[in-house]
Amino acid sequence: MTASFSKPISSALRELKLSVRKELKYYFTFTGFGIIAFFVVIAVLAPYISPYDPVKKVGDPLTEPSLKFPMGTDGLGRDILSRIIYGTRIVLRITLISMALSLLIGVPLGLASGYIGGKLDSLISLLMDSLYAFPGLILAIALAVMQGPGEMPMATSLTVVYIPTYFRMVRGETLSIKESLFVEAARAIGAKNRVIIFSYIFPNVIPSIPVILSLNAADAVLTAAALSFIGLGITAPTPDWGFDLRMGYPYLTSKIWWPSAFPGLMIVLLTLGFSLFGEGLTEILNPRLGGR
Amino acid sequence: MSTLRVYIVRRLLLAIPMILVLLTIVFLIMRAVGDPVSAILGAHAPREQIERIKAKLGLNDPLHIQYLSYLWGILRLDLGRSMIWGQRPVLEEIMEHFPATLELSISAFVFSVVIGVFTGIFSACRYNRPPDHIFRLYGIITYAIFIPWLGMLLQLIFGVYLGWLPTSGRIDPFMTPKMVTGLYILDSLITFNIPSLISAVRHLILPTVTLGFYLSGIYTRLTRAHMLDVLQRDFITAARARGLSERVVIYRHALKNAFIPILTMMGLQFAALLAGAILTETTFSWPGMGTFLAERILYRDFTTVQGTIVFFAILVVLVSLIVDLLYVYIDPRIRY
Amino acid sequence: MNITGGELLRLENLKVYYYTMDGLVRAVDGIDFYMGMGETVGLVGESGSGKSTLGLSILKLVPPPGRIVDGRILFKGVDLVELSEDEMRRIRGKHISLVFQDPATSLNPLMKIGDHIVETILAHENVSRDEAVRRAYTLLEDVGILPERFNDYPHQFSGGMRQRAMIALALALKPDLVIADEPTSALDVIVQHQILELMKKLREAYGMGMILITHDISIASEIADKIALMYAGHLVEYSDTGSFFEEPLHPYAEALLKAVPNIQLSDQKLRYIPGMPPDLINPPSGCRFHPRCSYATSICREKEPPKLEVRREGFVRCFRYVSRDSL
Repeated sequence: MTASFSKPISSALRELKLSVRKELKYYFTFTGFGIIAFFVVIAVLAPYISPYDPVKKVGDPLTEPSLKFPMGTDGLGRDILSRIIYGTRIVLRITLISMALSLLIGVPLGLASGYIGGKLDSLISLLMDSLYAFPGLILAIALAVMQGPGEMPMATSLTVVYIPTYFRMVRGETLSIKESLFVEAARAIGAKNRVIIFSYIFPNVIPSIPVILSLNAADAVLTAAALSFIGLGITAPTPDWGFDLRMGYPYLTSKIWWPSAFPGLMIVLLTLGFSLFGEGLTEILNPRLGGR
Repeated sequence: MSTLRVYIVRRLLLAIPMILVLLTIVFLIMRAVGDPVSAILGAHAPREQIERIKAKLGLNDPLHIQYLSYLWGILRLDLGRSMIWGQRPVLEEIMEHFPATLELSISAFVFSVVIGVFTGIFSACRYNRPPDHIFRLYGIITYAIFIPWLGMLLQLIFGVYLGWLPTSGRIDPFMTPKMVTGLYILDSLITFNIPSLISAVRHLILPTVTLGFYLSGIYTRLTRAHMLDVLQRDFITAARARGLSERVVIYRHALKNAFIPILTMMGLQFAALLAGAILTETTFSWPGMGTFLAERILYRDFTTVQGTIVFFAILVVLVSLIVDLLYVYIDPRIRY
Repeated sequence: MNITGGELLRLENLKVYYYTMDGLVRAVDGIDFYMGMGETVGLVGESGSGKSTLGLSILKLVPPPGRIVDGRILFKGVDLVELSEDEMRRIRGKHISLVFQDPATSLNPLMKIGDHIVETILAHENVSRDEAVRRAYTLLEDVGILPERFNDYPHQFSGGMRQRAMIALALALKPDLVIADEPTSALDVIVQHQILELMKKLREAYGMGMILITHDISIASEIADKIALMYAGHLVEYSDTGSFFEEPLHPYAEALLKAVPNIQLSDQKLRYIPGMPPDLINPPSGCRFHPRCSYATSICREKEPPKLEVRREGFVRCFRYVSRDSL
């Protein structure tokens, strides 16, 4: 028996069924979702749609975009389009892993800390608040520097950066739900703590998670790209968008724009996808004040 | 004991554990996440060399001894010494690069706030009409911008193709004004050095727009949201009922009240500002702390990297402390 | 029947509608009204009757999605509906001013009380800041606020003091008309009385016309010369206060007065008006009060009653008085 408060979800669904009004928030969410889905599909189908092998030299270096190489070739003669396509896998993998891990750590931690309260809660909160206040990129840099290059180290670094966001949100919700009448009632009939947390508090915390998840994902894509850009990410010759953007850098002054422009564009698009999705979702689930 | 004094003291006391926690985190990361020396020298370096360097850096001492000497050093403003550039104190090297970052940060910050707040007000006053929708989109897009990419685009358009503005560096060679504050714009003004001033400004434009654009979105959204909220309140209608001009109503009445959360955001945004500055500097070869950090990472100068990160941590806590204390002057409700 | 010369405000067929997502709300649906200089009118009605909207519309401050749809607002002969926003701004605060219901939310929390007044003065008159400050001090004194509180912020005042400050603000430029929207509703009874006394005193001193919007008939009776009764967006009765209480014309007025408990009579049943408050999106046909009126006849359901002048001054909208109409 779940004490359901999941008003936000059911009312959102009701809204959707009644009339998908032509409001900006719906456009945002659907577009965002579309973009994310697009990239996922590309990542999954990479071997089938990629015209060339991303790490092999297939043409003269730095050739302009043409029919043969729609996005041109990079400094080592590799096809940029193929690198972009395979790069999708890298980005999505890193994002997926770090999001999943930070969620799996942050949410239970927030639940536990918020519910137990007391000195333990204060201590953990202090830790989380400090981590949260610290610039994400710099934290990620610190973690990545010590681990050396690679996909897993990047994912690990990112994981740590986002744990506080889940923690804080979940803890906050836990604290407020903890005090509500129906939880008190459950306690009065002798429900065990574990039950209270899982059946009462947790379900009411869930609706807020997708929003934070997508916004974090957006941030993660940018941070991962930034790490690669600085040189702390993947090892060559793996096709990574941030890394490729950096590699294309020296050629800019010679008006050779395509090695950097396309990877950068992809980064922005994927981030936008997550952002739009998250923003739209926020508005749908909690309509903002300021309307009439 | 007035509430004001209590508030200030409490806020100051809060800062101390936070700094401590951050310093500890940095310490743990730099020690516990992997063998720092191997990470720096590579896994194939000879054993004895690794051991020698480790001993020199005190990495063989028990952890708590290392921790205490680390904290003690920070208290004495000793952030370590560079492993590469002949034992130079890290703090000294940081301070050399600090003014450049300061100049860029201030410039981008002002730009982002001005653009953000005005677009936010503009958006709120045209609620639900097309300009509002455009700026709501603007708020989201700006935060999704990858700074190196935007910087690169601007460099291409304005630097390479149009040739209007320089694409890297802080000033043309040999044009550096006499050092007074380290902020070139200020220094050129003080010493009446117009050519330097022009050069410095020209170099500052693209990085400022890049970083400022990225940061402005949040202010747009925040200002818009809070203005919409405040504009509905009774005292706004009351102000209009007194025949005050719309401009006065919006700025002196509405904005002032919407501003407090914006101020909070400025404090919170400082972290984003620092992170963004690092990326902007590396993109534009701007000789600030960001480029410095990136460079030392490349050279595997472990101690300098650690020292710089510690510096950032302290900076962040200090700034948020200052912002919180500034509150007191802005909101009379806390004062009395 | 006219009011000549000293006519202050005349509303002709004023219609103010709200275009909401739920439908068209006819908050003010064809109101005719007039008052002379220096008169005090109590605009009485229940919540949702449109009285607040009427107050705001005189100053053309109806918030969107509301709009003035039709009619004229003649202030000293000038039709305000025709005026531009700039011209209205010169009138607001200076010739017509508004006192709001909740002083806690009607003052800028970040601005000192004195500065509110100074700002208003400086916005309309070309005087020095010092002069404005001097006048502000005088005004505060007039409403009973000690001068040393000039530099205090709204949250440091009690409810009653805040309302006094609002009144000072409203009178700062000696307007011809003050519209007070439920000025005492947010206050407790003793303070209410104080504020009313203050308003009476100021009326003596300043001689301004006043429209007191309220749902509380007893308050209106204390201070108003005339009572204008609103129901569902219509002005159903307009009489001088004495006549209104002695012989209420409109059935709604009659029911209202009967509903007021009399402390001197013993063993009273509490009387109420049967039925539901009207829906302003789909108002009842004909006379809007007919579903709740004990005198209703078939014509009341079909047609809207016209303005009938029964007494020397004022009018009533009710078919019961057709025969008594003096025109």
